[in-house]
Formats: sequence, C-alpha cells, structure tokens
Amino acid sequence: MSDQLPAFIIIAPLLGAFLTPVIGWRYRHLCRPWALMILAVPLYAAGGALLQVIESGPFGYNLGGWAPPWGIEYRIDHLSGLMLVLIAAIGLLAAISAKPGITMDIRGKEANFYTLLLLQITGLLGIVITGDLFNIFVFLEISSLSGYGLIAHGEDGAPMATFNYIIIGTIGASFYLLGVGYLYMATGSLNIADLATILPNLYHSKVILVGFAFFTTGVAIKMGLFPLHTWMPDAYTTAPNPVSALIAPLMTKVAAYLMIRIMFTLFQPDFAISVVPVATILGWMSVVAIIVGGIKALAQTDIKRMVTYIMIAEVGYIVMGISVMNRPGLTGAILHIVNDACMIFCLFLIIGAISYKGHGREIYHFQNLNKKMPWTMAAFVITALSMCGIPPACGFFSKWYLILGTIAAKQWVFAITLLASSLINAILFFRIIEKAYLAPLDSGAHSHDHDHEEEIIARDEAPASLLIPILITTAIIIILGPFSGKIIDLVIQHAVPATF
Amino acid sequence: MLEYILAKYNFWIYVILMMIGLYAMMGKRNLVKKLIGMNIFQTSIILFFVSIGVKAGDATVPILKGDGHGHGEHLIQVADYLNPLPHVLMLTAIVVSIATTGVALATLILIYKRYNTLEEDEIMAIRKDASSYKTQR
Amino acid sequence: MGEVIYSAKPLWAVLVSMIAAFLILLTGEKARNLREGWTILAALIKFVIVFSLIEPVLAGKTIEYTLINLLPGVALQFRVDAFGLLFGVVAATLWIPTSFYSIGYVRTLNEHGQSRYFFSFAMCLSSAIGVAFAGNLLTLLIFYEILTIATWPLVIHHEDESAIMGGRKYLIYTLTAGCTLLLAIGITYSLAGTLDFTGGGFLAGHGTPGLLILLLVMFIAGFGVKAGIMPFHEWLPSAMVAPTPVSALLHAVAVVKAGVFGCVRVILFVFGPELLHQLGVWTILAGVVAFTVVVAGLLALGQDHLKRRLAFSTINNLALIILGVSLLSKNAMTGGILHIANHAFMKITLFFCAGAIYAKTHKDHVSQLDGLGRQMPFTFAAFTIAAMGLSGIPPVNGFISKWFLCLGAVETHQIIFLFVILTSAMLDVAFFFPIIYNGYFKKPLPDVAAKIDEAPMIMVIPLCLTALFSIVFGIMPNAFLNFFNIVRLAVTNVLGG
Repeated sequence: MSDQLPAFIIIAPLLGAFLTPVIGWRYRHLCRPWALMILAVPLYAAGGALLQVIESGPFGYNLGGWAPPWGIEYRIDHLSGLMLVLIAAIGLLAAISAKPGITMDIRGKEANFYTLLLLQITGLLGIVITGDLFNIFVFLEISSLSGYGLIAHGEDGAPMATFNYIIIGTIGASFYLLGVGYLYMATGSLNIADLATILPNLYHSKVILVGFAFFTTGVAIKMGLFPLHTWMPDAYTTAPNPVSALIAPLMTKVAAYLMIRIMFTLFQPDFAISVVPVATILGWMSVVAIIVGGIKALAQTDIKRMVTYIMIAEVGYIVMGISVMNRPGLTGAILHIVNDACMIFCLFLIIGAISYKGHGREIYHFQNLNKKMPWTMAAFVITALSMCGIPPACGFFSKWYLILGTIAAKQWVFAITLLASSLINAILFFRIIEKAYLAPLDSGAHSHDHDHEEEIIARDEAPASLLIPILITTAIIIILGPFSGKIIDLVIQHAVPATF
Repeated sequence: MLEYILAKYNFWIYVILMMIGLYAMMGKRNLVKKLIGMNIFQTSIILFFVSIGVKAGDATVPILKGDGHGHGEHLIQVADYLNPLPHVLMLTAIVVSIATTGVALATLILIYKRYNTLEEDEIMAIRKDASSYKTQR
Repeated sequence: MGEVIYSAKPLWAVLVSMIAAFLILLTGEKARNLREGWTILAALIKFVIVFSLIEPVLAGKTIEYTLINLLPGVALQFRVDAFGLLFGVVAATLWIPTSFYSIGYVRTLNEHGQSRYFFSFAMCLSSAIGVAFAGNLLTLLIFYEILTIATWPLVIHHEDESAIMGGRKYLIYTLTAGCTLLLAIGITYSLAGTLDFTGGGFLAGHGTPGLLILLLVMFIAGFGVKAGIMPFHEWLPSAMVAPTPVSALLHAVAVVKAGVFGCVRVILFVFGPELLHQLGVWTILAGVVAFTVVVAGLLALGQDHLKRRLAFSTINNLALIILGVSLLSKNAMTGGILHIANHAFMKITLFFCAGAIYAKTHKDHVSQLDGLGRQMPFTFAAFTIAAMGLSGIPPVNGFISKWFLCLGAVETHQIIFLFVILTSAMLDVAFFFPIIYNGYFKKPLPDVAAKIDEAPMIMVIPLCLTALFSIVFGIMPNAFLNFFNIVRLAVTNVLGG
C-alpha cells in the first residue's frame, strides 16, 4: 500500500472526478461529501510522500512498472513533495469552502463544479508529481481545460474572459509543447532526470536554446508574468468566488514550480546565467511586473480585481527570487510560492464570504464590515498585514529571503523594488482596513461624540463552511511565519541546487 | 540560402502555419476566426512533431518481424525504422487540441447566447454600456 | 559576559500582555470591569516578571530563551542584558500607572471603541518588551513592526479627519522605516552572517567603509523615524491627536523609546564604539542629533497646543539620548542611557497632566491655562516638578542624566556639544516655565473654578506618583529599580572593564 502512495495521489481524484457526475445525476447533495472524501486521499498520500522524502530522500515511482526513461516516472523530491501537500491542502479547503459560493453563483451545478474541481486538482498534482516532460503537458492541459470550464460559470463577463484565457492559455501550452519537441529532437528523451544528464553536453546547441526559450515563454504565460498576464485579471475577477479561490492561488504557483523545475532540474543553473542571459531578463521583467502590478492594483476599486493585480506583482516576487540565481533568492521564491498561495487563497475566500453576505466588492462597500463580520475582517487584517510583510506573519519571511537573495546578487534595484512593493501593498490594504474599521467621515463632523447616534449594527457573519476554512488559513499564515526556518531546514534547502 | 531553407522545409512550414495561427488569434476580431487560428496553431505544432520522427532513407513503421519469442529474423537496426514516439505523443496532443476546441466552442455558444454576436468589438461595446448602466444605477 | 541562564521568563513577559490583549478583545464592552481587570492584572504580572530579572542581570548574568530557529544562525531569541533590561523595566513599570490613568481617562471622556483601545495598548506593551529583550536584530525587527502596527489603531482612535490623516502619516513614515531596516538588516546578515547583539559590536572587519557608513545611515534613518530624529520627526506631532494616555506611554515611553533603543542597539551593539571611531562618522552622527536637539527645542517654543509642545520636547530629549550615546565616551553614554529612564518618568508625568487638564476642562492650549493652577494644584505641582526635571534642575532626576551628559561632552573635547546640551536645558526652561507661570500667577480665566476641583482621583494619583518617583530617582538613582547600576553595567558591557 505505502509503495503505491504516489499513484493514489493522481488516481484518486481522477477516478473521483469521473464518478462525480454519476453520483450527481441522482443525488446532487452527495457530490460535496464525495468530493471531500476523495480529496482527503491525495492530502494523506501527499503528506506521507513528503514525510518519506524528508526521512529518506527523493524517490521515484514507475507508472505501470515501466522503468524510466522509457516509462512515465513519478518522481517525488523535496520540492514536489512540498507542492503536493500545498495543492492537496488548498484543494481540500477550497472544496470545503465552496458550498456557500455554489449556492449563490452556480446553484444546481454542483456535479459540474465538483467534477471540474477534482479534475483541476488532478491536473495540478500531476504537473508536480510527474517526472516526464510530455506528461507535464498533458496534466497542464487537464488543469487548464477544467479551469476554463470552471471560470466560464462566472458572472457577466466570464465567457468572454474564458475565451481569452483559452486562446492565451493554449498559446502557452503549445509553446511548452514546442519546447518539449525541440528537446526531444536533440536528445530523444522525455524523462527529466534522464534529460538532466544528457543536456549539459548540448548546451551550445541552437536547438536546445530555442527549446529553452519556448519553455520559458510558455510557462511565463501560464504563470501570468508581466507582460503575458493580460488574461489573468479578467479571468479571475469574473470567475465564481469558489473557483477563483481554487484556481488563482494554485495555477500561477504550479507554473512557477514548473519554471523552477525547468531552470534548476532540467537545466543546470548556470545555463540560465552563462549560456543565455535568461536570468537577467527575467529579473528585469519581474521588476516591471511588481511595479506595474502594484500600480494597476492601486487603480482598482473592485477588491477582487485588485487582488488579481496584486497576484501579478506576487508572481514577480517569485520570478525575482528565481532570477537572482543564488541560494537565499531561490529559497525565498519557493517559500513565497507556499506563503503566497495561502495568502491569496485566504483573500479570495474572504472576498467570497463578503459577497455571500450580499456586500459588494467595491471598497466603499466595506463600511462597517468589522461590526457585521468581525471574524472575517480579523482574518482579512492578518492576511493583509502578511501581504505587507509585517512579521510574524509568513509574508515577512519570504520577503526577507528574497531581499537576502537580491543583496547577495548585488541587485539593489531589485531590493528596492521589493521594498517599494510592500509599501504599495500597505497602501492598498490599509485603505480597505480604514474603510472597514473606522466610522464614516462624512456622517457629521462630530464623529467622536457619537455615543447617542451610534446605530446598532447587527452581526452577520459568514457561514461556518466558509468561516472555518478562512480561520484555518489565517492560522496557517501566522504559523508558517515562525516555522519558516523549520520548513527551510527540512524541505526547501534540499530543493535548492547544491551548487548554490 | 535557398538550399538552407529547403533542407529544413518542414520547419518553415510549421513556422509559417504557426504565424498564420498567431495572426488569426491576435489580429482577428471575430471570435470564431480566433478559434480557427488557434486550431491552425495547434496543428502546426502537431505537424512539427510528426515531421521530427521522419528519417532519411527508406525507414518504415516499426513492426517487428519475428516469432514473438525474442528470436527476431534479423537484428533491429535503428535506422530502418521511423521513431514512433512523436507520433504517439501527437495522438494525445490531438485529443487535447480537440478538447480545447470543444471547450472553446461551448464558450462561444455561451457568448453568443448572452450577446447575440461573436464580434469582439460589439461585445466590448455591449459590456461597456452594461457597466456604465450599472454605475449610473 | 558572565554566565547565561536559560529561562522562559522573557517570553512570558512578552506573552502576558499579548494574552491579556486577546482576553480584553473577547471580554468586550459588556463586562468593562473585567476587561480593565485583565489590563491591570497583566500589568502587575508583567512588572513582577521583569522585576525578578533585575537581580540576576545585576549579578552579571544574561537570561536567554530561544523560541525557534528562523534562519541559519539567527533564532527568534530573547536575551536580557543590562541595556535591554533598563528599557524593559521602564516600560513595564510605567504601564501600571498608565493603566489606571487610562481607565480614568477613557471613562471620564466616555470614549468609544474602548476594547480596541485596551487591546492595542496591551499589544504595544507586549511588543515593546519584545523589542527590549530581543537577542538579535531580526527578533527586534519583528517586534518593532508589531509595535508599529499595534500603535496605529491608537493614533486613529478619534476617527476624525485629523486622526486619520495623522494615522496615515504615521504609517507612511514608520512602514517606510521598517522597509529600510529590513534592507539594512539583510545587508548586515549577508556581511556578518550573524545578527546577535554583542557588546562592542560585531560588524568590525566586515565590508568596506563606504558600505558600512551607508548601512549606519540606513539603520539610523530606520530607527530614527520612531525616535523622531529630524528630518523624520514630522509624524510625532501629528500623532498627538491620539488620546493622552497613548501619547503618554507610547509617544513618551514605549514607541519612541523603541526607536531610540534601536538606535542605541545599533550604535553600541552592532557597530560598536571602536568601529565608529575608525569610520570617523560619530561626529557627523552627533552633529545631526545635536541639530535635532536645538531645532526641536526652538520649534517647541512656537507651539500653543500643549501636547504638540510636549511632542517637540520629546523629540528634543530623544535626540539628547542619542547624542549622549553617539559621543561614545563613558560618561556621555551613562547619561544618555540613564536619560531613557529619567525622561520616561518625567515626560509621562507631563502628558498625564495635560490629559488630566483636558479631561477636566477640555482645554488643550497653553494660552487657555491661565490661573488653572489654583483649580488643579496637584496636577500643576506634578507638572512643575517634571518640567524642572527636564530643564535639569536638581533634585529631580533629569539633573543627573544631564550632568553625566555634560561630563561626557567635556570628555570628548568637543565643547560644542556641551553648549548644545546646555542650550537645550535653557530652551526647556523657556518653553515650560511660561506654562507654569500662566498656571500659577496669571489672572484666572473666567471659567476657572475658585476652589480645588481636580480631575478624578484615578488620574491624579498616577501622575502624582510618577512625579514623586522623578524626585526619588533624582535623590537616590538606585532606589527600588537600581536604574543607575543597570546603566553602569550596560556601559561596562559595551566598553569593557
């Protein structure tokens, strides 16, 4: 049983997804417990796999018993183990929290939603677990296709946003596929570990260079790196709330994982430094992404759209950590993948809770929200502080490593960009906190002797199925901070190439 | 120069097809045309993969002749056979591409139901009106 | 350094008010007395814990507690040495009178959002103790940032336009400073590979002089924002919109002193006197703060709003502390560090007085105070004592620290700094004594009551006590809390021998 754990990670949600419509045919209300039950399996298996990696190092699993490099190998090392746990955990929490959002936005389509959700998670887990380049493409498309389906369920502009996403997402995936083709042409292998041993002799081959360029571009599109981000704000803003909460934190992060895989496992790190100046280019692109994402976010009054623009900046953080090409930088990037996934997830859940309670998403709708939804707003404040990089929440620590990385690379502009971005985040979030917590300014000049006029605002908190995941995620955000040292010690330091 | 182009003609064909597809996706304002562009784009990549499996000479499909017990009539010469793997991969890619097309078509139906048009400009105009109506309210 | 004791006491000193903060929030508005009970209880427990640390530290021991490893070589760690203890003792001691005073103040004025107020207050104290006991720069930064955020709800407490603007200004200044510090600490870590405070500094021998000077500038700018060093002082007068107990404890003791504390930590325990002498920048540093001392004093003269005047006096005194430390001589250091404690007692008294006057009469401008000394004699007596102390008049404790500062300035042979210190004392006289004169000798304004009509007892007693202690510490600097010995030990830790 335990030998077969890696297979369960993929098979359980895949089979579960196919059975969901069957169950939903007659018993719609069973879809949710079914999906939760199914999603517990990959979480358990991924946790077991991560523990095994921590104890005894990376291991492989030959699918169908075919030995690599011919068969498809599932390869679990520290990085993929961490990502698997992250995806499975967020997937489960997203499924738990989806109920209110479904009844509000897509009532009657539970079967569709949970089927696509399980497929989405299958795809994401597959990208992370597999050690085969073409297999990654297949899983990438599984997750993208289910993502298109999920997003199209959304509000007014959703079909249009979905269509744009399909077009651009397909370009991204096709570029990735082209990259696979070029590498295959030069080496005849698709297995990442195998390729990693073959490739160093071919670094100056033009074929490899072109393949690498296609890889990077394709992945950059999928992760929404500026200027390839155009599909992202519309798609994630118009998607139903439970869908944005699921896809937004995970899709970009898995793409970032893929970028790390390509640059550090598939290729040797110095390929991106000395052979082609990709690292430098990516670094400056990330600077622009952070700045533009921040400024665009400042211009938004719709908080959901604002968060999607913040995500563009956060993707910039991760890419910056990758691009400085040193140990603290990459540590920060990996840590930020985890932290940012939690923070973005929590923000989208909170937005979902607020929308569910009938409040709008414009900033001025946040008036008095602290009295109506005190727990949700407390979670919002903590997440916001974490986004601004205030310790001891987790956002501070990934920022710390990223800054160490930029210092070690002597990229002062990068460091200052990071700091400026935290300040922009502070402005973004404090204007909302001010709105939510403070009495309205315009209701008479004497706002402080208002004991008689203070109207009683009834508490109207989000339902438990939404509130509990929010609070769990918030707790994780706080706990991840002080424990980041432990995580790095156990997991991330092994994920960073030894040459750094 | 011409020789150089002709020697790698399969690449040029795929690049040209790809550019056509990209142009349609980016430049056309009709959503169906965009979708067609996307299909051309995907097909170009499929053709590229198929073409890299080809070998010069009279290589053929790899059907091994023998008694099925490992005693082949002659040793397998790699040069005699086409590489089947890219073709097999492309079977999957074709499936993926069809699935994508299907999802995209379904989305187009949704769009058409909602806006009664598939011209991007008109849809944008309708959405703009709708949003300005919303803010006025 | 002597032996090291491993004990969780510093952690509990931090946690006790954090736990209290959440109890306060959970208790809420419905059970006011219970809620205030948490505050008082936490304040007393905190004081007992911190007080129990004095004896081992004076015996030359260090109390250490490591919570969790944050990065290689850097842990979330508390280490109580003499200097940290001084700040800790001051903050923990003064929290007790402030708690009582706060209760009186918010109830007299019937303030809104009292749960939020007491919650933030307890969080501030928790993080201030965290700053005091932090064993390395990263731990210090963590608590420093929490302090920044926890103070914000107090600054915007009134929720009117000026409060919100003051709050925004405060956030912009302090968060930018936090970012600068983050960068500076990052550079320090990549240079030295450690962040642990070491008496006499650990940066010597790392990096080029140019980089080190840049680093020093970043550190001083980062911590200097909270300490109100010019030109980063602007937020402090604006933050005076906060309720008076907040101004009293936070803008005279906890928050601004955290900034000063950070500056001193960096000067003495990161860079160290020897390195600063080598770099030759201490005169520039001293010059900058000396400028702040004089200009803040001059600006205070022009303020009619009582709390703003006190705010500028705070800026003046904080700069004086840093001036003492950056002179790097033994006596100047002693004076500077001792002034952290002395100034806290005097300034908190002054703010308490301002608050008592406001709570009783709703007057907050100097020009409105004519003759009020007859109506509120205790308040004005306390005010007079504290003002005398800040001007350096014996027997109030301000005299002792200023005396050592002057001695130190003479030791360095930089007579200009002696003049700065003396000028500052004279400016103190110039902007405090008109208030006292107005209060006692001017013809009373028509609305001043003829008989004694003080603010509530719960406010008057704390301010009388702090004034009394200012005198006691002036006569016996080692009374009760052993301030002078702690300071001497801190200086010895830095200079050795």
